[in-house]
This record gives sequence, structure tokens and C-alpha cells, in this order.
Amino acid sequence: MKAKFLVPLALFLVLAGFLGYGLTLNPREVPSPLVDKPAPEFRLATLAAPETEVGLADMRGQVWLLNVWASWCVSCRQEHPVLMRFARDNVVPLVGLNYKDTRPEALGWLREHGDPYTLSVVDADGRVGIDFGVYGVPETFLIDRAGVVRYKHIGPVTPEAVRDVLLPKIAELSRAS
Amino acid sequence: MIPELGHFSLILALVLSLVQAVVPMIGANRNRLALMAVGRPAAQGQFLFIAFAFGCLTWAFITSDFSLQLAAVNSHTDTPLIYKITGVWGNHEGSLLLWALSLSLWTVAVTVFSRNLPEPFMARVLGVLGWISAGFLSFTLVTSNPFDRLIPAVAEGRDLNPLLQDPGMIIHPPLLYMGYVGFSVAFAFAIAALLSGRMDAAWARWSRPWTTVAWVFLTAGITVGSGWAYYELGWGGWWFWDPVENASFMPWLLGTALVHSLAVTEKRGAFRSWTILLAISAFSLSLLGTFLVRSGVITSVHAFATDPRRGLFILALLVLVIGISLALFAWRAPKLAGGGSFGLVSRDSTLLGNNVLLAVATGSVLLGTLYPMFLDALGLGKISVGPPYFEAVFVPLMAPVVVLMVIGPFVRWKGDDVKRVARLLAPAIIASLVLGVGIAFAVGHVSVRTVLGLTLAAWVLLGSAKLLATRFAERRGAAVGTTLRGIPAAWWGMWLAHLGIGVFIIGVTMVNSLNERLDVKMHAGDSAHLAGYTFKFVGVVDAPGANYDAARATIEVTRGDVAVATLNPEKRVYVAQQMPMTEASLDIGPFRDIYVNLGDQLEDGAWVVGLFYKPFISWVWLGCLLMAIGGVFAASDRRYRRLAQREAAAVAARQTT
Repeated sequence: MKAKFLVPLALFLVLAGFLGYGLTLNPREVPSPLVDKPAPEFRLATLAAPETEVGLADMRGQVWLLNVWASWCVSCRQEHPVLMRFARDNVVPLVGLNYKDTRPEALGWLREHGDPYTLSVVDADGRVGIDFGVYGVPETFLIDRAGVVRYKHIGPVTPEAVRDVLLPKIAELSRAS
Repeated sequence: MIPELGHFSLILALVLSLVQAVVPMIGANRNRLALMAVGRPAAQGQFLFIAFAFGCLTWAFITSDFSLQLAAVNSHTDTPLIYKITGVWGNHEGSLLLWALSLSLWTVAVTVFSRNLPEPFMARVLGVLGWISAGFLSFTLVTSNPFDRLIPAVAEGRDLNPLLQDPGMIIHPPLLYMGYVGFSVAFAFAIAALLSGRMDAAWARWSRPWTTVAWVFLTAGITVGSGWAYYELGWGGWWFWDPVENASFMPWLLGTALVHSLAVTEKRGAFRSWTILLAISAFSLSLLGTFLVRSGVITSVHAFATDPRRGLFILALLVLVIGISLALFAWRAPKLAGGGSFGLVSRDSTLLGNNVLLAVATGSVLLGTLYPMFLDALGLGKISVGPPYFEAVFVPLMAPVVVLMVIGPFVRWKGDDVKRVARLLAPAIIASLVLGVGIAFAVGHVSVRTVLGLTLAAWVLLGSAKLLATRFAERRGAAVGTTLRGIPAAWWGMWLAHLGIGVFIIGVTMVNSLNERLDVKMHAGDSAHLAGYTFKFVGVVDAPGANYDAARATIEVTRGDVAVATLNPEKRVYVAQQMPMTEASLDIGPFRDIYVNLGDQLEDGAWVVGLFYKPFISWVWLGCLLMAIGGVFAASDRRYRRLAQREAAAVAARQTT
């Protein structure tokens, strides 16, 4: 007789167990279709010198990072000090993809906060961003010597992400030849 | 400075909520009036502090103080004033503050309108509400502080998500939250009943108006949200079975069951433990909805920015609140069992049937909403459950509810003669079957779903007419005015809400069966035809707004030679977020809407235009509106006030002797 009054509690506890486990999963973590695929071709003017163009082919032969950023992006400020430190250690080239931005604002932003990028290319209309499947700014892609995307980081890069994910992966890719 | 004042004020509110949670509870257990009396001023003071904090946050948005992180991310200097204000709750932190504000508003309402509750009972109710408030305020302060600064400040904000820059944003969230949170009062009454062991007809009478008012808010909130989705998302749908919509719909379904089961508990003293369980569950589902939206376990168009710390905190809150209540239920409810017995054919049994079906329907919606997460947790892959599941499960469960809903009011309490009821309703049954099939043929769309929908709608409308006629026949000879006055508001409430279901079913059936749509490529001067209307694409002009650029098309709609409407759908790009938005344009009518949206411009200069013909769609919302109005009538019944006064007098008399 009394046991039936315990049924709601039991059901709820099972549900809570699932909810707790659900927290550790990420429904948004749709594996990027680009990972382990060749990076999309692009050829864009650099931010510093509009007449110079840089493309995927120029980066071939080295492991490098592509960081999507914009002066209007609030989260980019958050990851900016992390990128500055990363650049100081000079591990691999860090290429900025300046996404849907204007040249004066982008240059002003770099002057104000410092420029961690080996170079930045200008993707004013966001076309290359679309090719890369950019979902939100900032995003960071790790690309290997053959021009294959090996990893994609969504959102601001944190010191932990650099230490625990990016640096080990870079080391691994640099060893393999 | 002002954000810091708001922050401080919120901390004071938390302190007061803890006082409200602890002191009156101790007072009630030790029977000390002085301690019990602390509850009211604590609740009222808490409300003032939360309202002040809310005002401070709003001020930061209005003055575009972008040193406040929340304002920098959700506002912009060019945003129109009204959307600067609504931007306050267009984000996770601000909407939590709105949650806390509406909870304290409900609590203050309890202290004001339920003055004649017995003191220990009131103390326990306020204590429970205090615990909930303390939980949410600490959640806000610890994990989601709306008053976090952004240093250095930015020159310009990111602007409110353009989807949210709509009049719907002004009233939809406040109404919905008042509904969600309103079930906390029924919940607090239930817990207080379990704690005190007092659970009688008077208890049900106290709970009923509170539950009904919360239900009205929730109904109105869901209706506004649905109407908003209809014209803002730009493709004419009005319900998507999105997890967050489900999160508001589940408490609504259980709230509906609760409103009815409270009626039985009040009139017949039956269903006591079931009523308590429903009160606990309805509020638990409100909390669960909050968890689903904010934790990121489920993807949804509504989901706010997610943060695992928040998810964990709110899960802990969920487990504490619901776990403790259900444990208390398991411990105390067996003592509440009992109540009058009733026959197989009785109003009690129709209400029981309706309750069981509504609970099962809620369960099926819950299952569908969480199923993707269950599978993911069990490592069986990532899937999403869409409208096909919900429609396949939900419609067959609700059809019998509608059938029972019409029968119920004709059947007597305790027991009735099945032949009497059958004789009473046989004509309506036959007529609605004939009408259902007949109308389906007449409109040229004969399918199981259309016939079922039309038959049910006819059944509700005929049943309602018959019910009204029966009510009048009881007082044959009396003047119409006297008869009308003699019918209590609660009865009108029931009648209107049930009628609303009928109107709603007509709307859903007609728009699902007969809607037409056409996507066409149009140059200036082109015409297209849909459902007997001619759409002439006149051209496109630039029409920039305060914080967006827009292309505005002009489309002239005619029927035969008669001009029907000139529609101006827009394609907007919001400057700050560079986000494109389509603004549909509608010609709303009682029997059909014409709905036009503007797609992209093609290389050759033509535009993609979406044309929709939506018969009877307004009836969907008209039906919901009738339900809400019915709820207002039911809650305003004089009986609650009269009885309250009588009880107050009795209490006063007892205290003087």
C-alpha cells in the first residue's frame, strides 16, 4: 500500500540520473565535417597589405592554426591574451581570418590590443568563413602540413585548451612527417 | 555604481528569502505566532529588493551602460527604447532575475490576498516559497550574476538578437514566467498540506483560484508565443514541438489536470493524494523546463548560452526541491487517502479519466522531449524526435479527453444513470458525426484526421450549446436576466474554456487540412495565383530602420476584381550582428490569413517570394483566448471571496472566545 507512494520519487530519481549524465554530453557537439578533410581553398588579401594575397598553398609544409576573429566580437577579447601568449612562444604560425569586418576597425583593434597573428587575411563578406563552416566567432582550426584540418575549437581559446589539447596535437602532428 | 547597488540589493533579497524560509517554518512547528508573523514582511521586503535590482539592471540597458557585460552583449545604442527594456530578459541572467521577480510577486500576492488562511498554514506556505526563492536567488548570484562588469568597457554593444526585437518579446516572457512560477503557489500549498497533515475541502478551495490564475497566465503566455512564432519565424508554422515549447506545454497539461482534480477534491473530498501529486509535478515540470533551457542537455532554438556549472547547479536545485517534495509525499500522503466513493458513471469518473489521460499525454511529451538525451546517454547515437512522433502520440490521447470533457458536465457527481446521460447526448453524438463527415466532404478534404477533428469540434460546440440550454431549462419561467445572474462565474468559466477547445480544434483541423503555399520567383510586375487570390509583385524599395537595413517589397493581393490587401514583407539585415531576418506580412481575416514572405534576391534581379493561404488560423488563438478568459471567470467566482470572508469571521470568533 505504501510502496505505491514511492513510485513518483523512484521515477524522478531515475530521470535525475539521466539528466545528470546528460550534462556531461554535448548535443551540439556535431563532429565537424571538415575534421580530417582537406581545408577549403582560399586566396585572400592580407590585412596589413591589401595588395598581397595569401592562400592555402602558401601554408603547405607546415603545421599551422587558423583563428577566425573580428573587431566586433566580444569573446575574441577574452581569448586575445591567450593568443598573445601563444604567439610569444612561437610554436606554429597563427593565421587570423578577419571575418566580416572592416579594415580600419580591424587594424585599430590590433593596434589597441596587440597583434598575435603571423598574418591576417581579410574575409570581408564571410565567404571563406562559410567554406570553413564557421558557426560563430571565434573559432580556431588546426591544419597539418598537407593542408588537412585536424581539429576545430569552437569559442574562445582558453589557456587549458592550449595546454591540454592544442599543444599536444601540434606536437604530435609536427613529429609525424 | 547603479549595477553595484542592484547587486547588493539582490544579495539582501537572498538574505530575506532565507529568513522567510526558516523563521516562519520554525514558528509553525513550535506554534509561536511571533515567529510565524515574520513571513509576511520578509516576503514583501524581498519583493522590494528584487524589484529594485531589476530596476537597476533595466536602467543600465536604457542608458546603454556597456561596462555592464550583459548590456554590452544584448543591447546597442541604436536599439529602440522598448527593445532595450525587453533586452533585459532576452538573455539567461536577466530572465532568471525576471523569474525571481515573478516568484516574489506571487509571494506578495499570497500575503495580500490570503490574509484569512490559518496562521501556521500561511507560515508554511511562505516558508516553502522562501526556500524556492533562496534557491533561485543563489543560482543567480553564484553562477549567473547579471551585474558582472565588462572591464574595459566596449564602445558599442552587440545588440539584442533580432529575432527577439518584436512586440511579442514585450509580453510573451513575462506572461509565461508568471504562469510557470505561479504553479509554485499551488506547490507551496501542497507541501504545506503535507507538512501540517491538513488536507480538506477548505484546502482545495484555497488552492483553486491560485492554480487557475497561474494556468491563465501560462495559457496566455503560450498563446502569445505561438502567435509570435507564426508571424516572426516567417514560414507560417505556429507550433514546432521544440523542447522549450514542450517545457511550457507540459506544466500546462498537468496544470489543466490539476485544475480539474482540485474541483473533485473540493466538491467530493476525493483524489486527495493525486491532487497533491499533481500540484508537486506541475511545478516540478516548470523547474525541469528551466533546467532543460539553461543546461544545454537539449538543443533548441530557444536555448540560452550554456555553461556546465549552471547545469550542475540547477540540477542540484531540481533534485533537492523535487526529491524532498516527493519523499515527503511518499511519507505523508498515505495518511491522506480516502474520500467519497463514486460509481463508474459519474462526474467523478469522467474527471478521473480526463486526469489520467492528461497525465499520460504529459508523460508522452516528456518522453519525446528527453528521448534524444536518453539515447545519447545510453550511447545509442544522436537523434532528434520531431513533430511526427508528437502528433502520432498526442492526438489519439487527446481525442478521448475531448470526448469526456463534453460528457462530464452532464453527469451527476457520485453516480448517474448511464441511460439518462446517453439519452441526453445521443442527438449531439449523431449530429456531430454527420457534421464531421459532411463538412469534410464539403471542403473537399476527406482524411481520418480531418473527419476526426471536425467531428470533435462539432461535438464540443453542440455539447456546449446543449449544456447552456439545459442550464436555462432548469429555471424555466425565470427572466433571462435572472437566470444569467443565477449562474455562477465558475460555471461560465468552465463553459467558455471548453468552448475554446472546440474553437481551437476547428482552427487546427482547418489549417492543417486546407492550407496552401507557393514559393515563386517574381520580377517586378509579375503575378502569381494561390487559393483564388492573385498576388502582384509591384517592386522592392530600400526601407532602413533604426538599427537595420531592409528591402521592402510591395505585393498587391486581389480576388477577382476586388482589392484585398497590399502587403509589405521585408528582408532585414540587422547592422550590429549582420543577421538577416525576414519580416512576413499578413492580411488577417476571421476565416483565413494571407501570409507573404520575401526570400533572397536572385542573380537576375528576381526575388523568391513565399505565398501562404491559411484558413481559420486565427481560430487557433481565439480558442486559446477563450480558455484563458474562461480561467479568469472561474478564478473570479464570488464563492471564493464569500467563503473566505465567512472563514475569516469564524477564525475571528474562535480567537475572541
